[in-house]
Amino acid sequence: MTETRPAATASPRTAPASTGPAAPAASASDTAERPGTGAAPPRTRGAGPSRRAGGSGLRLLWCLPPLLVLTVIFLYPLALVVVEGFRGGTGTYREVFASQAFTDALVTTVALAVGATVGCVVLGFVLALVVAFVPFPGSRGVARFVDVFLSFPSFLITLALLFVYGTVGMANGLWTGVTGAEEGPFRFLTTPWGVLLAEITYFTPFVMRPLLAAFAQVETGQIEAASSLGARPARIVRRVILPEAWPALMAGGSLVLVLCLNEFAIVLFTGAKDVVTLPMLVYSKAILSSDYTAACCVATVNVVLSVGLYALYRYVTGRAGRTGGTGRSSRRAGALA
Amino acid sequence: MSEARRSGIRFEEVTVAYDGTVVLDGFDLTVEPGEVMALLGPSGSGKTTALRAVAGFVRPAAGRVLIGDRDVTGLPPHARDVGMVVQSYALFPHMRVADNVAFGLKARRTPRGEIAARVAEALEMVGMADYARRHPRELSGGQQQRVAIARALAVRPGVLLLDEPLSALDARLRSGMLAELDRLHRELPDVSVLYVTHDQVEALTLADRVAVMDRARLREVGTPEQLYRAPRRTFTADFVGAANLLPVVGAPGGTVRFGDARLKVASPAPSAGAEATLCVRPHRITLGEEAANVLRGTVTAVQWRGATHRVAVEVAGREVVAELPETAEPPAVGAEVPLSFAVRDGVLVDD
Repeated sequence: MTETRPAATASPRTAPASTGPAAPAASASDTAERPGTGAAPPRTRGAGPSRRAGGSGLRLLWCLPPLLVLTVIFLYPLALVVVEGFRGGTGTYREVFASQAFTDALVTTVALAVGATVGCVVLGFVLALVVAFVPFPGSRGVARFVDVFLSFPSFLITLALLFVYGTVGMANGLWTGVTGAEEGPFRFLTTPWGVLLAEITYFTPFVMRPLLAAFAQVETGQIEAASSLGARPARIVRRVILPEAWPALMAGGSLVLVLCLNEFAIVLFTGAKDVVTLPMLVYSKAILSSDYTAACCVATVNVVLSVGLYALYRYVTGRAGRTGGTGRSSRRAGALA
Repeated sequence: MSEARRSGIRFEEVTVAYDGTVVLDGFDLTVEPGEVMALLGPSGSGKTTALRAVAGFVRPAAGRVLIGDRDVTGLPPHARDVGMVVQSYALFPHMRVADNVAFGLKARRTPRGEIAARVAEALEMVGMADYARRHPRELSGGQQQRVAIARALAVRPGVLLLDEPLSALDARLRSGMLAELDRLHRELPDVSVLYVTHDQVEALTLADRVAVMDRARLREVGTPEQLYRAPRRTFTADFVGAANLLPVVGAPGGTVRFGDARLKVASPAPSAGAEATLCVRPHRITLGEEAANVLRGTVTAVQWRGATHRVAVEVAGREVVAELPETAEPPAVGAEVPLSFAVRDGVLVDD
């Protein structure tokens, strides 16, 4: 099966003119063979040749070192956390699930993560559009800065926001200076809105980065063709650019969603005592109350949530990659022909 | 197509510059309604810039562009009512063929009920009706270009802009598409076409008139026959078909002198003693002394080219090339031979 596949897909491409009866088969294998997105690795490719090349014993041997490292430094500690949560049966779980604090934390976490993701996706899309398609001096510099921004620690952003909007920050200082009031009006930083603002500020570049890469792949000719066909910029963005950048947008959005679910430093640094997310709950249970079993329960829930969302993301982007199609892969197919 | 909007294109002293480099310099050209005008020139001659000025993707530093009676110089591309086809096809990869063709109709808010019929009509016209449900990546290059043409025609533009539409296709497909484009234009006699190409065969085959461009300037405009038979400029003579360009001097009696030979030419002869350049097409030169103008020289090279023999003869220190019908006994290298050409085949060109 694997041996015949390359030949079957190659034939319609090497003879592009003959699209008669062979074409339906070609389209089927085409879509099956195409890699989904930039993020999703091709599943079928490469499996065939390597299976033929090496003996299975040798291959198993090669698997051992990475598996060993993975087990020792990652899976074993993770297993310890899960096992600790089940100390004394499922009792702790029932206790945790029943508690109002846990439910609140779960709701807060998911609401914040979803809110921040929506904000990042919208803001990131608009910003990336401007950087990529509106020629202004320094747009390349901005694109570079996005790369640098990704390497910043998340608490740094929160710290910066504290300087601006904090109780004794610049904004409030300006207000009290001008009006002579005792206190400034800006105190949202310690509310969920403050966390949301900090998370959107910090995570937006994570959406922009893959989008900028995707936009670079959109052929200028397509945009020009669309506009000479009578499409205004809004329609071009909606009908030409967005569909091609969709997998990248989904990839960036899902990454931000998972990162936000697990974000700890930002919540800690805003000093928002009322904003208790799952990671904060783990922290307070483990470090402040020394209730390790409960902490492990919450942590396990957090891990399951992340992994579940990641699986969903792979499923969604996989589908988007199969049904959508990017300019890049079609051009690659063109180059093969 | 039913709505007869006959609109030509007019360039009035259009100048385009990028970062101080002038890429189109005082360009003046009129494309009559329904006319096919080819912009022919080497790369960097400004022909694509001229086309993009009509489409609205470059803004002239000076001058005006008119489509019909409308001054479109300041209009954005989407308001110009042109159809454009580019070398890379630029189909939307995530849309099926039918959706690609419908794109312009939707953008122009064509009534929903009308769109399907117009899409079918446009696809029918380019012979792609059976491929409406395909994605562009499932089509060959030639098929993709047909879809691109259908997409441009579906909006029934008054003006069709073709930017090297056949350059990405292989030679055999290209000649097929050339015939196809010719047929399409006969079906749509009201559409004015601006056809940018560096390929003289495409220009001579398709165009009613050809505008020859070089180094940001328009060199010469004329019908293909005019440019081929009686070019007025050295550049045109050289770029459109092969040419022998020989330095001549005006001689008494309305003749010109090349070396020792006195030649009669179709163009008005220069005054005696004045220098000029004579253009003679290689395939218009015959071996022997039958024609009026005779040159004598030594054969320096003979190439067999299938249907013809290409014979290079040194005459008065210059190489004269003759493209002769293939013969069983071509002249030998080193032989002294006479060459001759008719009066009507010799034209004088300016630099």
